[in-house]
Amino acid sequence: MSEEVRLMKGNEALAEAAIRCGCDGYFGYPITPQSEVMETLMKLKPWETTGMVVLQAESEVASINMVYAGAGCGKRIMTSTSSPGFSLMQEGVSYIAGADIPALVVNVMRGGPGLGTIQPSQADYFQTVKGGGHGDYKQITLAPNSVQEMADFVGLGFDLAFKYNILCVILADGLIGQMMEKVVLPPYQPRRTEEEIRKQCPWATLGRTPDRDINVITSLELEPEPMERRNIALQAKYALIEKNEVRYDEFMTDDAEYLIMAFGSAARICQKAVEVSRKQGIKVGLLRPITLFPFPYNRIKEHLSHIKGILSVEYNAGQMVEDIRLAVEGKVKVEHFGRTGGIVPTPGEVVDALKNQIIK
Amino acid sequence: MKEEIIIAGFGGQGVLSMGKILAYAGLMQGKEVSWLPAYGPEQRGGTANVTVIISDDKISSPILNTYNTAIILNQQSLDKFESKVKPGGRLIYDPYGITKAPTRTDIEVYSTAAMDKALELNAAKSFNMFILGGFLKLCPIVDIEHVMLGLKKSLPERHWNLLPQNEEAIKTGMEIISKR
Repeated sequence: MSEEVRLMKGNEALAEAAIRCGCDGYFGYPITPQSEVMETLMKLKPWETTGMVVLQAESEVASINMVYAGAGCGKRIMTSTSSPGFSLMQEGVSYIAGADIPALVVNVMRGGPGLGTIQPSQADYFQTVKGGGHGDYKQITLAPNSVQEMADFVGLGFDLAFKYNILCVILADGLIGQMMEKVVLPPYQPRRTEEEIRKQCPWATLGRTPDRDINVITSLELEPEPMERRNIALQAKYALIEKNEVRYDEFMTDDAEYLIMAFGSAARICQKAVEVSRKQGIKVGLLRPITLFPFPYNRIKEHLSHIKGILSVEYNAGQMVEDIRLAVEGKVKVEHFGRTGGIVPTPGEVVDALKNQIIK
Repeated sequence: MKEEIIIAGFGGQGVLSMGKILAYAGLMQGKEVSWLPAYGPEQRGGTANVTVIISDDKISSPILNTYNTAIILNQQSLDKFESKVKPGGRLIYDPYGITKAPTRTDIEVYSTAAMDKALELNAAKSFNMFILGGFLKLCPIVDIEHVMLGLKKSLPERHWNLLPQNEEAIKTGMEIISKR
């Protein structure tokens, strides 16, 4: 059963995986292109099987605060949304960061700014990896590039969130959410019992027991000295994550003279662009960051001895390219190629951009 | 072996479901598949299209510049996708509602009077299966048993009584397609 191969949309696979990963609660508000997440959960009725709660909140503001509260009880809680909804959530996201709460948020990006369009985009890169809310905080960001990864990253996202008591974001895009591919769903994992949660999350607000003081979860600290200590602790946590959790994938980089970098579905298009370019004799490889925070700065540096230039391909006006430039420190040429407003470039456009902007 | 297909027409013609049946059939035949619909304003404005890739090897990009096969069911889609067929590729279209026929000579153009046939047989709802039959005749990348399994998978159980009718439509579709 667990090894069954299914044909599913990314959004559907993510919803199924949530149930199988022992998720305790989903609070969301529908928005294209990710509405199938809640639709699938409502269809599968996990409250009748695993006991997982699925609730349509009155808004994204409400759903992120329900996530904050449920996750504050040490439960595995998630929400999903798309770009305008993610903006509405930023206050809650910052509070969750300030309170060291583990939770999972999925953003299936669409074109912006504003209400924008409903088609695929990657224009929320800055918002997600540089902090869309206020204060010095970061969140682990996973960028799936297939329906399989939409399913796999739910469990991974929860595991990372609970390992570091941090918000984890699955940053997908409309293309991954809407396309259907083969997927092997993860095996069923039971929801944790209250005893297990009390043991794993001694900070959880599950009601006081005689052996400990009251647990208080807040991001408020009026005295500056303890607030600075809290900030220092957060930064230490982020440094540890940067040391331990960098994930990336590579395709034909061994002998590459040029690199294309792309994340999410853009990396799929770029893989085809690499295949096409290789047939034309161009030695190009693909470096795909899987974690956007932490970002694979060091892996990029390792390539600098043998490459002449990097093309960053994104469905935006140039965001990840800035992180690539931070890694490269001017040593090789770094250019951006992207489409905006919900338009997805074709592999042919990427090959042309590589020739025109990098190789010349 | 790899087949890269665009299916395009009006919403309601069964464009997306035809693609889904092909994708399911490919899956059940052990192939790699991707199904990518246009879910944006064109779908809401009436036209619909879907890119289906069926391949022996892992699929890199689900988005393509050009296609081996274009299955075209209205004039807007013909205008948009005729130029996107690879040289030597094939274009299948139903002349119903087409005012400007395809003009390319470096591709194989096939026409299928599926709409006329569906109306004649009082089987308008099976329209897309007549089209699918024509495609499978030219490109048997998936076999008919798997197509029927795919059809079963994509139909809700309450409609399984319609399976024989659809199989009939696929077979008829294989007969009515002809090279321009």
